[in-house]
Amino acid sequence: MLLFVLRRLLQSIVVLLAVSGLVFAGVYAIGNPVDILISPQADQAEIARTVAALKLDRPLWEQYLAFLQHAATGDLGRSFVFDAPAIGLILERLPATLELAASATLIAVGLGIPLGLWAGIRSGSLAGKAILAGSILGFSLPTFWAGLMLILVFSVELGWLPAGGRGPTQSLFGVPVSFLSWDGLAHLVLPALNLALFKLALVIRLTRAGAREALTQDYVKFARAKGLSEARVIGVHVLKNILIPVVTVVGLEFGSLVAFAVVTETIFAWPGTGKLLIDSIGVLDRPVIVAYLLVAVTLFILINLLVDVLYSILDPRVRMAQAGG
Amino acid sequence: MAAPVLSIENLRTRFFTKRGVVRAVDGVSFAVTRGQVLGIVGESGSGKSTVGFSIMGLIDPPGRIVGGAIRLDGRDLRQLTPAEWRRVRGRRIAMIFQDPMMTLNPVLRIDTQMIEAITAHERVPRATARDRAREALGRVGIGAPDERLAAYPHELSGGMRQRVAIAIALLHRPEVIIADEPTTALDVTLQGQILAEMQTLARDSGAALVWITHDLSVVAVLANDVCVMYAGKVVEQGTVDNVLDRPLHPYTRGLIASVPSRHPPGRPLPQIPGMMPSLMQLPLGCAFRDRCTRASDTCRSDPPLYSLDERRVRCFHPHVEEDEAASASERAEEAP
Ligand SMILES: Nc1ncnc2c1ncn2[C@@H]1O[C@H](COP(=O)(O)OP(=O)(O)OP(=O)(O)O)[C@@H](O)[C@H]1O
Ligand SMILES: [Mg+2]
Repeated sequence: MLLFVLRRLLQSIVVLLAVSGLVFAGVYAIGNPVDILISPQADQAEIARTVAALKLDRPLWEQYLAFLQHAATGDLGRSFVFDAPAIGLILERLPATLELAASATLIAVGLGIPLGLWAGIRSGSLAGKAILAGSILGFSLPTFWAGLMLILVFSVELGWLPAGGRGPTQSLFGVPVSFLSWDGLAHLVLPALNLALFKLALVIRLTRAGAREALTQDYVKFARAKGLSEARVIGVHVLKNILIPVVTVVGLEFGSLVAFAVVTETIFAWPGTGKLLIDSIGVLDRPVIVAYLLVAVTLFILINLLVDVLYSILDPRVRMAQAGG
Repeated sequence: MAAPVLSIENLRTRFFTKRGVVRAVDGVSFAVTRGQVLGIVGESGSGKSTVGFSIMGLIDPPGRIVGGAIRLDGRDLRQLTPAEWRRVRGRRIAMIFQDPMMTLNPVLRIDTQMIEAITAHERVPRATARDRAREALGRVGIGAPDERLAAYPHELSGGMRQRVAIAIALLHRPEVIIADEPTTALDVTLQGQILAEMQTLARDSGAALVWITHDLSVVAVLANDVCVMYAGKVVEQGTVDNVLDRPLHPYTRGLIASVPSRHPPGRPLPQIPGMMPSLMQLPLGCAFRDRCTRASDTCRSDPPLYSLDERRVRCFHPHVEEDEAASASERAEEAP
């Protein structure tokens, strides 16, 4: 197991290197930040001074090498705009995004598994069909539109929940979180729901398909032949088999949830990394963009690793294979 | 003769699929008494498993039992509520399935799957249930039961898994055990072992055993009575001695002729020509007539199941001595 983790970490470093190169080249191609950063009234000398200070006059490969050198020490450059370390800016906002993504995952799993089970077991019933139709809708609604509708209904029309912002935060082990106060929770509900919508649809469909498949299996029939109650057959025999693909997919999708948070955070003015990214792209704040993407990739890698470990805990067959090989 | 513990009367089970209605079991009747073994033979798709699942009340949609009675100690199970039928399953009637690789849940440990089978019917502490599970494994010849209890199904061989399934079936000393080809998926030596063990276990516990198989040689050594099924119907039934020694139905004859051990080596094994018709569009009349050398125009109408020569047979032209043949076909036509 340890060897497996080590090997994966080594692979991760290679991936990070490749991504950093791509990102660096990509961001370079987008445009010259000087045009945006420096006021139009500035004279030639002032522009030259700024360019030199930001080392923007060097060739790309030289900039990249300098970046790598600093990156090795944990320094991903300074934001042109905030004049602060880019990595610091991101880490500062990361808890907000992670809390949002975690809440969305919780909603997707907490609602998706029961609904999907219902739709799978009673696939012919009206409720089953309605759930399936709802999940198709959840797939096809654009996130920003759903977000606007949520605001329109629950904030503007009904006035139940705040339309944006994060509200007050409490410190939990030194990390600021919203969910510990009612006001914070109220701020969290709509954006989390918005972000969860797509994953909820995904979990429903996965669970439904899994349940339908499991129900045709001999082991379910045998469980019934033992005289087990329907609750035990579904809640243990079927559910435990469904959990394997659901946990895997939900885990792997956590990364994309963080990425999708960009849209939700923008709609709900949620002060997370996604909003920072959009703002930074607006002003071509290269170090922040690069740092964001690298942090995102690191997150993806960590999540994949975690999912692999979790997967082997859930599925005894995988556990065996790893012990053997 | 003792009253039968299980008797099936005119059981009819159908699958209402999108492509049509499958008459998987069409008017099957039989009875078994305690300590006796009934063999059900027939080729693949003849409806043997469907009979077993019908008795267990485990026909899933789109299937449904559409007629007949399933009496356990005289009480018709079809009149029970689902909850009452659940209490019969595993406790009074147990079933062992065809494929041991598929019957145990791959993500649950053996002890979980055994203990839940006990606690489904009896309020006992977990530790007691575990002890009973361990004993049950010992009874079916599994060594190091503690180790096996902690294992997952994939860590056990096929034969071991089938023994676990048998142990589970025996947990509550059921009155009826339905064994649905429990040895087909295993290699030959294991088949013999498990067969012999099942026989002793059933005899010791006084259970009635319904043994489903497509292998007549198994029936010959194991069973007291036999039902030969073809296309959802019983075509011949009686004691093993009568049916196997003097088969009357051409299909039974064909089955017996195609058993390798009864055949001189070196010569090609006789096969029944053709295939069983689809149960969705059965022709009117005898379902076997297209494959039958004795078929005549009479066979275009449904042959009834009637008594002849100490058994029941469903054929207008049974294999009887010539002088009996005429009266037999007369009787067949008179029968309701
Ligand atoms: N769930 C189902 N849906 C539709 N048809 C089914 C279903 N289960 C069984 N059948 C049909 O019922 C018929 C009888 O099937 P059954 O499994 O009882 O046969 P069998 O005699 O046990 O065969 P085998 O020796 O292959 O196990 C077959 O034609 C089969 O296609
Ligand atoms: Mg079968």
